[in-house]
Amino acid sequence: MSILTLDFMIRAMIAAAFTGLAAPVVGTYLVQRRLSLMGDGIGHIAVTGVALGLLTGASPTWTAVGVAIVGAVIIELIREREHANGDLALALLFYGGIAGGVLITGIAGQSAARLQEFLFGSITTMSAGDVWVTMVLAAVVVLIGIGLSPQLFAVAQDQEFARVTGLNIRFYNILVAVLAAVSVTVAMRTVGLLLVSALMIVPVATSQQLTRSFRSTLFGAMLLGLVASFGGLMIATFAADGELAPGPTIVLLALACFALTWPLGIWLRHRRRKAEPCDSLPPLAHETIEEHPHQHGEDCGHEAIQHGDHVDYVHDGHRHAPHGVHYDEH
Amino acid sequence: MTGHAGGSALDVENASVAISGRPILRRLDFSVAHGEFVALMGANGSGKSTFVRAMTGLRPLSGGSVRLFGTDISQFRDWQRLGFVPQRASAVSGVPTSVWEVVASGRLTRRRWLRPLLGKDRAAINDALEVVGISDLAKRGIGNLSGGQQQRVLIARALAGEPDLFFLDEPTAGVDLPNKEALAHALAVLKDRGATVVLVAHELGPMARLVDRAVVMRDGRIAYDGAPLADHEVHGPLFGDAHTHHHDHVDGGTTRDHVPHMASPVDTAPDEEAAR
Repeated sequence: MSILTLDFMIRAMIAAAFTGLAAPVVGTYLVQRRLSLMGDGIGHIAVTGVALGLLTGASPTWTAVGVAIVGAVIIELIREREHANGDLALALLFYGGIAGGVLITGIAGQSAARLQEFLFGSITTMSAGDVWVTMVLAAVVVLIGIGLSPQLFAVAQDQEFARVTGLNIRFYNILVAVLAAVSVTVAMRTVGLLLVSALMIVPVATSQQLTRSFRSTLFGAMLLGLVASFGGLMIATFAADGELAPGPTIVLLALACFALTWPLGIWLRHRRRKAEPCDSLPPLAHETIEEHPHQHGEDCGHEAIQHGDHVDYVHDGHRHAPHGVHYDEH
Repeated sequence: MTGHAGGSALDVENASVAISGRPILRRLDFSVAHGEFVALMGANGSGKSTFVRAMTGLRPLSGGSVRLFGTDISQFRDWQRLGFVPQRASAVSGVPTSVWEVVASGRLTRRRWLRPLLGKDRAAINDALEVVGISDLAKRGIGNLSGGQQQRVLIARALAGEPDLFFLDEPTAGVDLPNKEALAHALAVLKDRGATVVLVAHELGPMARLVDRAVVMRDGRIAYDGAPLADHEVHGPLFGDAHTHHHDHVDGGTTRDHVPHMASPVDTAPDEEAAR
């Protein structure tokens, strides 16, 4: 256990916790806009940013933040012009970003191993300065993402309506794009640019299996992000003699959470649908059931559904309604 | 409020809208008095929705002016006085959302940045749910609602901001009669409260009794502005032949003034061309 008190491990734990909380915040808005792959697109663009840092000797984190923001804003502007869902814009920037990154890394004379740190994460080699940057940026993302949630929600839910309420939708669209770019670069050191999007999207996908409202989805996703990120780091540290890389472990843990909740979500939705009250229209005719030895009641084993002012019991695919001493077919 | 100076809630003068350089709406004059209930009718493609989008600022004008409560739309900042129900088949997005949350987003016009929902905001949201008759659905996910119920959610969202002037773009499209009745009831409540309503509709059905005035659009221009019309009159011969299945036009299809006619069997029909 003494490994947990080592400096590099403390830094890694702090970084994992902050990233895990922040990434799903923006992820929720991206999923709401059906732009789940945007994080990936920005991640690819950020590769060029990292390479520029390696080339110029500047901090790769900051060059990545800058290039990712520029890329995210371009995606947003293309999306706005084309009135499309940005799918094509994303694809174009994907390839440009990764090709540019590999090319520039080569020019800079850096080995592929150095670039790999950013592609797949290297949470245990973060410096104190890196951790501070991660903490500040993550806190900014969380504060804006939650503080402006009514506005961001409205814009993502229905742009035209939001505009007629007087919101500057372009501002909020670009704000989301910038927050996404910042989240990507924050998570870059934890899980790596190629897996960034997983930490933004998978907790949201998991959370929405169990929720019915935006708010609970958002907070659920943050909690799941934290669990996956921190838990993944712990598993990587203690399992298999530390042979596991933290980045992929975190992502696989997040996916495992999804795999566990998914059947639960299907069952929950199924149950909700069954328990929904049926239309309160009166039945077409008074149709009596001939002989019915079974006494329906609470916990009689038959599904009870509210029907107007009484309860129907689902029996062999039809609905029995108690009527005096006999049952009616409803 | 400065709005009452002109005496009307909405003034459109000589307004034109062009989309990609193609003139769609040409020189429309239209005004709506405070408290008036106007039905904006016409065939598909006659420009009703574009007109509503121009009046709500979603579509820039290529000429003329739109004034809301006496203020030109480019200067207009009192957005909380406007309630907009866009034409939507559904209110579902990528994340589960409760009815309450969608309706609460209509309250944004009256909230400041970083301010939580206050008591009066909650009261307005509850009232909006009540008016359209979906209070019992507030906690439900919007994805599980029927199309008609979703339309009512969208109307409640517009109501939550307590606006004075409503634009409703075909709220009754694809909605069954009981839901239409519920919408008509909600609009009647609005009317009683003194709201001004511009309702785009194909067929009025149970809402006909609320209408003070009908405006019929045809091919981007206003073809009729006056007393309410019955549904079938809107598609009468005066207003174009979009609904040819209603009537047997003897001279059917001769109204395509500037469209090239099909000259030979090898030519593609204009419709097919557009579909490519």
